[in-house]
Amino acid sequence: MADTPADPPPDSPANTDLTPGMQLLDRLDDNKLAPNIMHFGRVLRAAGLPIGPGKIIDATQAVMEVGIQSRSDFYWALHAVFVNRRDQHELFDQAFHIFWKDPKLLERMMGILLPQIDSGEAPPPEEQPLRRLQEALSQPQDDKPESEQEEEQEEEIELDAAMTVSERELLQTMDFEEMSADEIEAAKRAIAQMRLPITEIPTRRYQVSPRQARVDMRATMRAALRSGGDSIPLKFRKRRTRPPPLVILCDISGSMSRYTRMFLHFMHAVTNDRDRVHTFLFGTRLTNVTRYLRNKDIDIAIEQVTDAVEDWSGGTRIGESLSDFNRFWSRRVLGQGAIVILISDGLDRDAGRGLHMEIERLHKSCRRLIWLNPLLRFDGFQPKSQGIQAILPSVDEFRPVHNLNSLEELIGALNRPGGPRKQGVQEWLTEM
Amino acid sequence: MTDNLPSSVDAVVDMLRGGNYVGDRSLSTALYLALKLGRPLFLEGEAGVGKTEIGKVLSEALGRRLIRLQCYEGLDVSSAVYEWNYSMQMIDIRIAEAAGQQDRERIEDDIFSERFLIKRPLLQALEADDSGQPPVLLIDELDRTDEPFEAFLLEILSDFQVTIPEIGTVKAAKPPIVIITSNRTREIHDAIKRRCFYFWVDYPNARRELEILKVKVPDAPEKLTRQVVEFVQHLRNRDLFKLPGVAETIDWTNALIQLDKIDLDPETVNSSLGVLLKYQDDIEKIQGSEAANILDEVKAGIAAGA
Repeated sequence: MADTPADPPPDSPANTDLTPGMQLLDRLDDNKLAPNIMHFGRVLRAAGLPIGPGKIIDATQAVMEVGIQSRSDFYWALHAVFVNRRDQHELFDQAFHIFWKDPKLLERMMGILLPQIDSGEAPPPEEQPLRRLQEALSQPQDDKPESEQEEEQEEEIELDAAMTVSERELLQTMDFEEMSADEIEAAKRAIAQMRLPITEIPTRRYQVSPRQARVDMRATMRAALRSGGDSIPLKFRKRRTRPPPLVILCDISGSMSRYTRMFLHFMHAVTNDRDRVHTFLFGTRLTNVTRYLRNKDIDIAIEQVTDAVEDWSGGTRIGESLSDFNRFWSRRVLGQGAIVILISDGLDRDAGRGLHMEIERLHKSCRRLIWLNPLLRFDGFQPKSQGIQAILPSVDEFRPVHNLNSLEELIGALNRPGGPRKQGVQEWLTEM
Repeated sequence: MTDNLPSSVDAVVDMLRGGNYVGDRSLSTALYLALKLGRPLFLEGEAGVGKTEIGKVLSEALGRRLIRLQCYEGLDVSSAVYEWNYSMQMIDIRIAEAAGQQDRERIEDDIFSERFLIKRPLLQALEADDSGQPPVLLIDELDRTDEPFEAFLLEILSDFQVTIPEIGTVKAAKPPIVIITSNRTREIHDAIKRRCFYFWVDYPNARRELEILKVKVPDAPEKLTRQVVEFVQHLRNRDLFKLPGVAETIDWTNALIQLDKIDLDPETVNSSLGVLLKYQDDIEKIQGSEAANILDEVKAGIAAGA
């Protein structure tokens, strides 16, 4: 889900004279307008906008208020009702211009454009909303056989992946990279069981508590009445605690490819275990995959992630990706004292150019920055590459991540109250 | 409703203009619908693009009371909706005892009555003012609170009512005009947005920003205003962590007037850049040669256009 800043909303339609769409609108009496708005709403819904019957009624009312004399007012009336996030604007805009020119045209276009999708050719990114629109109007029957096929495959694997206890122990320390297909399946199941109990931090909200020195006046008054008012027993409250938000930034470049799948499983387990987790993947560009990973079914989730990400196993531009994160996402997801986990081997195509500044900005905007690096499994690991040297001074902890044990250690580390920042990298810094 | 609400989109445009607010027609359309259909208007956008101002202008233009709820983390029912006046309640219990009042239920009815209720902004917003007009409720920077607070808002935004367990439901005779703003430091839950009309307030284009400056800083020299606007527009195309908003443009123009400048020069830009950019990284990036380059482009552009 790339958050491309949309062009400024078009003001211009106000000045355009009677377009074919307007003439069409003029011919429509109210009896026809309402069904058309409904149909338009359904198209948007199919394209992924959260539009229920209530919204369609709202839209009809809105249009009746504004009237259809001005195409611009008509546009913005529907916009106010149907769009409720900025990134939906593009989709709405395209759908509007196609639909209200001629509702039939949209369907005809689907017919013309569909074969191209079937051929598997990826359309250029700026046409993506349109593609979603096309898919919205055509029923995706062609998807089904594929997923069924995959399910069958999946089952087969599960059958011969039974393990004894000793195998499980071995699995704990085996490098993900060296695992066979069966072992990977087993490891995936182990990961699915993992929980991430991050130390909770106090919030500014209160809950009833038998101890602690804050008097809950409201509860006290109620208790006083219950007892008849001779004595007033004090009731207390304490601060509620809550785990901080967690943001995971995962490198999916070529050098990480052997690990990527495993990390996806890990991120999926974490995302579904708790609220306020945000997940981003980056190679040469940054993709927010939080929504896909929220899907309870791991296979569907991974399939959607695969579709959404375009830079699998390519080069890495860590600096650029982090810069995107800092500019477009950090203010939205790092709000309430987030912990950031950066999963990357630190091998950067841009040789660390501009990386230090970005990682430092990230470090300053979060509660804790933990760097997980699969390269750390090698005993003689030396922080020599430029990328690694740029990142290391700005992280709070530096940990390996290459087998199940290291993932479990990570969980342990997150569960301990954190010491002073940067404590976890002191020994590495002295080595540099 | 028998009130002074504008009767068309054009009337809203005029109303905003009358309140010294220069906005796009698209904003007026959303605002008109919100007023007409009695829905809250949810305004999202970067800091300093004039979201809060809309609420203020609206209250002034319509002659309504403005009730503003500034959100912050930990905002709860007792500071946003209502609270009981505990000390008064205690005194009342003592008096009842002294008077030999034994009926516990009566005491309870008595101390949980409206007399002991301290009304906070959201509850106040359900009451009409002396002339019988409902107020304008401005819920500012909703993204600053945490998710639990959004849940309190749901009842108020959909039915314009508040349920107080000890008393019952308080419903507004006439629904207030509700404006909600958010800087999008996090996504607001869909349940809130679903009840509102949504509008994304964008940075204005050069023409619009020039208009805004003319209205907001009328004594600025024409030449300076144009340079300022062009400079800021150029900055917004740069790779900066925080882009300057309209508020910054206005501040900067005011600052330049205080410095008695009628023409931008690199030295002035460098020394006053802190008014425009609020992050050290950004200032470092622009200060010096970059600022001089932008200034050259700006002046060349104006010369070519004039």
